[in-house]
Amino acid sequence: MTLHARLVVTRPAFTLDLDLDVAAGEVVALLGPNGAGKTTALRALAGLVPLSEGEIVLDGHPMHTLAPEQRPIGMVFQDYLLFPHLSALDNVAFGPRCQGASKAEARRTAAALLERVGLADRAAARPRQLSGGQAQRVALARALAVRPDLLLLDEPLAALDAHTRLGVRSELRRHLADFGGATVLVTHDPLDAMVLADRLVVIEDGAIVQQGAPAEVARHPRTDYVARLVGLNLYRGLADGPRVKVGELLISTSERLEGAAFVAFPPAAVALYRSRPDGSPRNLWEARIDGIERHGDNVRVHLEGPVTAFADITPAALAELDLAPGQTIWASVKATETHAYPA
Amino acid sequence: MGAATEHHRTAPARPPWVLLVPALAGLAFLVLPLAGLLVRAPWSTLPARLAEPYVLEALRLSLVTATIATAMSLLLGVPLAWLLARTDFPGRRLVRALVTVPLVLPPVVGGVALLLVLGRRGLVGQWLESAFGITLPFTTAGVVVAEAFVAMPFLVISVEGALRAADRRYEEAAATLGASRWTVFRRVTLPMVMPGVVAGAVLCWARALGEFGATITFAGNFPGTTRTMPLAVYLALETEPEAAIVLSLVLLAVSVVILASLRDRWVSAP
Repeated sequence: MTLHARLVVTRPAFTLDLDLDVAAGEVVALLGPNGAGKTTALRALAGLVPLSEGEIVLDGHPMHTLAPEQRPIGMVFQDYLLFPHLSALDNVAFGPRCQGASKAEARRTAAALLERVGLADRAAARPRQLSGGQAQRVALARALAVRPDLLLLDEPLAALDAHTRLGVRSELRRHLADFGGATVLVTHDPLDAMVLADRLVVIEDGAIVQQGAPAEVARHPRTDYVARLVGLNLYRGLADGPRVKVGELLISTSERLEGAAFVAFPPAAVALYRSRPDGSPRNLWEARIDGIERHGDNVRVHLEGPVTAFADITPAALAELDLAPGQTIWASVKATETHAYPA
Repeated sequence: MGAATEHHRTAPARPPWVLLVPALAGLAFLVLPLAGLLVRAPWSTLPARLAEPYVLEALRLSLVTATIATAMSLLLGVPLAWLLARTDFPGRRLVRALVTVPLVLPPVVGGVALLLVLGRRGLVGQWLESAFGITLPFTTAGVVVAEAFVAMPFLVISVEGALRAADRRYEEAAATLGASRWTVFRRVTLPMVMPGVVAGAVLCWARALGEFGATITFAGNFPGTTRTMPLAVYLALETEPEAAIVLSLVLLAVSVVILASLRDRWVSAP
């Protein structure tokens, strides 16, 4: 149940072109900003969007020539699309019925799946009587009921409120771990991707910009989008030993590299001073405050200057430094707080 | 929420006379004839007149033919509406325009056209008679054909509108679950547009029930076989005006019932 796909979808103002390999039992998350083409990629895998070029091969069998209803897939849609006129049980039984099971047989399969997602007591409910979390689980059960080789999930948690999301996310993770086929899931939420996926594939403007294990991607972001997602300041520059030249600024790092390199550091590592400090920090630059906003329990300061950066400080520090947008300030980062890696 | 509360705050504007006077005149114009019908009705002899065989015969014929015409329209009209709403073929706009022609065509013209095609010497009628021994004009079947010809477009337009408004992603979801296109139509599309189908069928039935021009032209006016209620009303008016009023009251009652059943659909303003 290994998936190998090359998806090319050409539209007037947009081209999607990516290679995707998913092993049996593996969960791959397509992560990217809105309009990056993640959902188009998923719909192409399902056959709902025709490929302009490329192929989809599942277990050695080409699948891109088949109509959606002939593909061995199960799909969970963003707003679930449970059939409003059918009960939860009949929604789940729909797939097995289409595969030729008798009504009783299909309902038995459906009942067993509803039991598995903990909704045996809601079998008779219509979709509009279900809560968001319940509807999500029915949608998952419906997709699994066709015993797919490839499971596709489009923003499976996006329609849920924060509280429900937490529970459903960990439950979904458990069900995905039990699923033997290949899973491709689309999300724009880095937390969902980190928790649910074995591997992240980051898409921007229709192409893959980075992929790897979640921890690896989080530690070594390669685009501004990924850096923002994982909450790091990221710069691309030219390394020369223990220093990386980013624009006009020379950033000292703990690693020694040569050539093109990335430098990343967390916003909390940036210290702010009203006047030029003396002493150890070697990475020091003069910046202008572009904006100040709340960020969790702290305050995030947007800095303009030789590099654009975010600095997280405590509300107490903000009051003490008496900062305001437009002000000029000194910023510094210790070399030990930075992390450099080859570009 | 904002819009609703704001609406409450502004004092209701007094309608200008220029609009109010014609509006009331229009209302009177629409309501008075119906009121007249009720005022002039021979209430004392009503039960006896209603029980007269020719009234019951006409009513039964009207109900039966309108119902069969509606069933025929459903059988042919729903697939036609699906074709117009869901597929794209060259000349689709033209086909859609042709489907709606009977809506605006004077029914008498429709009756003449049916005679020319399905009449004994008509293009198709000739063949129907020689091959199957079927003659449509001046038969009860002819009444059904005339009614369906005039009423089916109402159903097609209503169902096509419902199909266009329906969320097609449900059909995609059904396809990913392995449903063939026929299964998708039967188990997802049709149940979801059912309110539109019902509204269209009721409208179609009401139109068929009131059909006069095409029926009298194509099927004639024979008691028991082709004389439906509207034809009986017209005929009674010449000989026995009170009977015409009674028959009209029956049709009015049927119309009111239909209006009430559609109240929550699209007859009521939002």
